[in-house]
Amino acid sequence: MDVVLSPEEEAFRQEVRAFLAEKLPADIAEKTGNGFRISKQDHVRWQKILHEKGWIAPNWPAELGGTGWTPMQKHIFDEECALAGAPMVIPFGVTMVAPVIMKFGNEAQKERFLPRILSSDDWWCQGYSEPGSGSDLASLRTKAVLDGDHYVVNGQKTWTTLAQHADWMFTLVRTQDTGKPQEGITFLLIDMKSPGISVHPITTLDGSAEINSVFLEDVRVPVENRIGEEGKGWTYAKYLLGHERTSIAAVGRSKAQLRKLKGIAKVELAGGKPIIEDPDYARRLAQIEIDLLSLESLVLRTLYAESEGKPVGAEPSFLKIKGTQIQQGLTELLMEAIGPYAAPYQPEAFRDEGWNEEPVGPDYGPALAPLYFNWRKASIYGGSNEIQKNILAKMVLGL
Amino acid sequence: MSFTFTDDQRQLADSIARFLADKYGFEQRNKIRKGDGGWSREIWAEFAALGWLALPIAEEHGGLGGTTVDLALMMEQFGKALVVEPFVATIVLGAEIVAKADPARAAEILPQVAAGEHLLAFAHSEPNSRYDLPRVSTMATQGDEGWILDGHKAVVLHGDSADTLIVSARTGGRDDERDGITLFLVPGDAEGLTKKTYPTIDGMRGADLEFDGVRVGPDAVLGEMGHALDIVEGVADRACVALAAEGVGAMQATVDLTTDYLKTRTQFGKPLGSFQVLQHRAVDMLSETRFAHALCYRTAGLMDTVGGVERARAASIIKAEIGRAGKMVGEEAVQLHGGMGMTDEMAVGHYFKRLRLIDVTFGNAGHHLSRIVGMA
Ligand SMILES: Cc1cc2nc3c(=O)[nH]c(=O)nc-3n(C[C@H](O)[C@H](O)[C@H](O)COP(=O)(O)OP(=O)(O)OC[C@H]3O[C@@H](n4cnc5c(N)ncnc54)[C@H](O)[C@@H]3O)c2cc1C
Ligand SMILES: Cc1cc2nc3c(=O)[nH]c(=O)nc-3n(C[C@H](O)[C@H](O)[C@H](O)COP(=O)(O)OP(=O)(O)OC[C@H]3O[C@@H](n4cnc5c(N)ncnc54)[C@H](O)[C@@H]3O)c2cc1C
Repeated sequence: MDVVLSPEEEAFRQEVRAFLAEKLPADIAEKTGNGFRISKQDHVRWQKILHEKGWIAPNWPAELGGTGWTPMQKHIFDEECALAGAPMVIPFGVTMVAPVIMKFGNEAQKERFLPRILSSDDWWCQGYSEPGSGSDLASLRTKAVLDGDHYVVNGQKTWTTLAQHADWMFTLVRTQDTGKPQEGITFLLIDMKSPGISVHPITTLDGSAEINSVFLEDVRVPVENRIGEEGKGWTYAKYLLGHERTSIAAVGRSKAQLRKLKGIAKVELAGGKPIIEDPDYARRLAQIEIDLLSLESLVLRTLYAESEGKPVGAEPSFLKIKGTQIQQGLTELLMEAIGPYAAPYQPEAFRDEGWNEEPVGPDYGPALAPLYFNWRKASIYGGSNEIQKNILAKMVLGL
Repeated sequence: MSFTFTDDQRQLADSIARFLADKYGFEQRNKIRKGDGGWSREIWAEFAALGWLALPIAEEHGGLGGTTVDLALMMEQFGKALVVEPFVATIVLGAEIVAKADPARAAEILPQVAAGEHLLAFAHSEPNSRYDLPRVSTMATQGDEGWILDGHKAVVLHGDSADTLIVSARTGGRDDERDGITLFLVPGDAEGLTKKTYPTIDGMRGADLEFDGVRVGPDAVLGEMGHALDIVEGVADRACVALAAEGVGAMQATVDLTTDYLKTRTQFGKPLGSFQVLQHRAVDMLSETRFAHALCYRTAGLMDTVGGVERARAASIIKAEIGRAGKMVGEEAVQLHGGMGMTDEMAVGHYFKRLRLIDVTFGNAGHHLSRIVGMA
């Protein structure tokens, strides 16, 4: 097993680093570094820069506009991006719906949607969850009835991340009520400008509004926007979930957070000494670094297995659980690092538009407690950690 | 040692609970929190009329002479309702400091405080002091007629609305020396005082205070010159118990909400509560709450009888415990609520935030564990 970067890989790292140094807009990197929100405009601006370079879609096959990178290159790229403060590429288009369109969509759909995903001209959101269907997604009830060459869709989606910006939503709808609940589900692409769609923000406990309720009232969706066969949506959705694979572990982002945390822990004082010298704090930091290293190890092993064409199996569930635990642990240490300055609530400091006034407390302070509270979501969304464990118990342990 | 409450104490807790159930439901509380100033003067006046502001104040200062256990009983109910009024700032901290530091001034000020007509805040911690009580660098220098204050006080609980601020400043010694810290009474609208006020993330109010040549008269000195730290520590210890009791109330409410949610939310055709893994976690949450409750009242009982290291150790133990247990209960509650737990609309997230912010007030679990180790 080769665990040291080869000279080629090291050269690649330098190439990525140089690109980021040159092209990543400083204002965006600064916002990311401070944990402030990245506006839609900023996201699109950065994604277009990546697109221009041909680096927006490391997970796509090269012939469709992907990079053709090895797993290790993908990993290096993610890590360098995170360390440089590049915002993450919004996954709904590039990493989630695109692979489904590639695998199960028809030629017309590929031609219509994939280029605009690559160029970030379309913003996508994921309309799976419903008020009554969370962990039990197969119980979803949003109904689609065929009427000529259109489906008429009625129902409510919820928790739809960043739907307020979206041009398109990929969604699961029920086209049949009989049989097993998994069977009558259809995968539709819905134009968010369609009459009958309304998007309502949901405020989360950190005060932000990144999730939404999406109401669908007699929304007419052309049959040509159906992926694959009617009633087979569950299979496509499962393919999509399997496709998130290693990116949910977010090793690069956690490394960047760890680095930031160490920086803060060197300047924040307790008892007149930097808290990084506090034995208890230092031990917790060391432990999380160990956890992160073990996470990265399993990510790499999984990537290599994938590149050798081996089935991915249950690994993503382990990675999701450990990855989110580490992310949450880091946000906890970050919040603790600033002591009483976790308390002031200064949402102005992390608005999309930016803020020019001085916050109370350290500059990096205002985002930290909101980040901790917001990051509780990581063990809930994308299949909660309990559901991951249920999957593992069945799939791996045979229970 | 007695582990049962007296009839009076039970009645007190019941009447507070009834009042809050009636006037301080989650919706009402949100309205209050989002209103002018972030808390309700009317509710405050009712607290005063019911005698709750007077309860923890000594009889000789116009109060009812309640014990720390009485105080804890009140705070537990306040925790259950997520009360945002400046009770900790004015009564638990302000009134207690005045009483301990200067009985003569107390006789003057505290009756007004008990009547709900005068608000206090304790401006002690500073940007670099974190939880270290002796670390005070705000300076008080002698002027022609009185004192001149310069410095920065950080995250002063309800520092925005206080009529009078109790400000710690150095009249001698340096950095973290125990000696040389003196308390001053400063009007909330003193000239040269800049207040940056803000809501806190858990729905309270706070302020950062800049003292830039703030002049006060010689009578502003509260208590003995240069020897405030003993008083500050004593009051902070008791505040740790009060905050822990509030935390215990918030934990109990959190467990109740979560249990209800597990009974009503169905997934996979069954209530969530039928999944054993969730049952066990709810039981763990309840268990943490039971233990914290018992330890909290044991500590409250101790507070009025012991002093020095014993008192400090007891306070740190309960504060460390509430920090850890409160975090566990709050995080689990949000997790078991799934997406709903992440929404501002649900009460559970607000309890979670309060529990986490109780931890960062007067020392988090890590700080108090180190303090305990240091005392061993
Ligand atoms: C911030 C955020 C963003 C989101 N973004 C999107 C999005 O863009 N698109 C989208 O479609 N969805 C999105 N979701 C929804 C997310 O996928 C669901 O919240 C998640 O699947 C959990 O469902 P639920 O919230 O209904 O919780 P529930 O299913 O009600 O679960 C509540 C709790 O019970 C546990 N539980 C449930 N069933 C079992 C069981 N059988 N055994 C053991 N434990 C169980 C869960 O793990 C959880 O802890 C988002 C959620 C959040 C919080
Ligand atoms: C040192 C020792 C001394 C003992 N002394 C005595 C004695 O003097 N007299 C006597 O009569 N017995 C005695 N016992 C027996 C003891 O009471 C049993 O071991 C105990 O009741 C558990 O039963 P089991 O060993 O059959 O385990 P099982 O019942 O088979 O349980 C195995 C595991 O599964 C768990 N489990 C079982 N059912 C559930 C469920 N529904 N949900 C979740 N988890 C579950 C258990 O908690 C345990 O972890 C002793 C046992 C030990 C180890």
